[in-house]
Amino acid sequence: MTNYKLTVDNLTKTFGRRIIFKDLSYSFENNHIYGVAGRNGSGKSTFVKIIANIISPTKGKVSHNINNKEIELEKLANHIGFVAPYLVLYDEFSAIENLYYFCKIRGIQYNIDFAKLMLKDVDLYDRRNDLVKTYSSGMKQRLKYAFALIHSPSLLILDEPTSNLDTYGKDMVYNFIKEYGKTKLVIVASNEKSDLKECSQIIEIENYKSL
Amino acid sequence: MIKSFYLLKKDWHSELRTRYAINALAMFILVTISVILFSIGQEKTSEYLTGGLLWVVIFFSAMSGLSRAFVSEEERGTTLTLQLLAPPSTIFSGKLFFNIVLVFLMNVVITILYAILFDSFIINNILLFITAFIIGNIGIAVSSTIIAAIISKAGSKGTLYPVLSFPILLPLILVLLQLTKFSIDGKSFEDSYAEIFVLISYDVIMTTASYLLFDFIWKD
Repeated sequence: MTNYKLTVDNLTKTFGRRIIFKDLSYSFENNHIYGVAGRNGSGKSTFVKIIANIISPTKGKVSHNINNKEIELEKLANHIGFVAPYLVLYDEFSAIENLYYFCKIRGIQYNIDFAKLMLKDVDLYDRRNDLVKTYSSGMKQRLKYAFALIHSPSLLILDEPTSNLDTYGKDMVYNFIKEYGKTKLVIVASNEKSDLKECSQIIEIENYKSL
Repeated sequence: MIKSFYLLKKDWHSELRTRYAINALAMFILVTISVILFSIGQEKTSEYLTGGLLWVVIFFSAMSGLSRAFVSEEERGTTLTLQLLAPPSTIFSGKLFFNIVLVFLMNVVITILYAILFDSFIINNILLFITAFIIGNIGIAVSSTIIAAIISKAGSKGTLYPVLSFPILLPLILVLLQLTKFSIDGKSFEDSYAEIFVLISYDVIMTTASYLLFDFIWKD
């Protein structure tokens, strides 16, 4: 079994003169589910984007280790699964085409049976050949879970995981979080108490005013 | 490299469905060549002027279509998806390959139309023209791709693209004009070595600078 460890050391992010957060230091390990909470605008999404290597921190360091060896930035994308309401998949492709291109651009083997299984898990199998632009917002959100899990990542980052989902969709997500957290590292950023109920530790991000 | 190829394939597949760039390019080529034809009318133009106008059409057509590589991702909000899929170098290579394919298709069509419609466009050293055409197109594609990446993050994309492209593409276009003149005159390869060397140097410098710069552009 792989041992995944994420370390955040003195992380600071500013946008212009505005401090989003300052000197955050945490350590995250696999087989755990962590929560990131905070008020609107406190920087939860910025924090998870920095962890996912989408944006750079102003100060501090994020290191991803697998079996005590640091993962190179060039290879990091294949270790991370990310779901967020602001993530947009390709509307002009069907769900199955999206998954095909995601695997190929990642440079991993595309297994059509696994892709179909993923779509069954998110209840989109019957609509797999329909263009994503014909999907409802809830269906698009469910497809993002297939996008995040198709490459079996070691770290799953969920920003507002139940946004746009109905009760059935929310139960599906909570089940994913619970199951994935047994063997992998899961980080959930949300305001909803119900989204954070499976978390073993919750990090509270404070609102900073200005420099 | 293979990952970049699949990004090119994705972009091409997407282009065939959405027609973001192809329609804009086709319309621009048709309109520009028609305007030149109508404005020349029955006037007898020199070979040099016709050769120069070819690169004017190519430059402005490139301005109308090549920015789509990154702008369409930014407008649709799929930039984040790409950032999660692959490292910046793979993304840049994929977009560059897509623009190279588009530039070659566009410029082959323009040159063929030009050769058919303009009697005074006579190339006497075809090999020299093809060499300049190939190296020049790669230079246009590289420059357009990195400028597209820069302007995709800006607010007024449409205005910024030609403004930024003009000083960067000007040295390339000037050398291409010179080489087109040489090929019309039927000059030999030996007489054109200096210009060809400048073209190759331009491509190498722009490609290296683009790969070095892209990492900073791609991440906010």
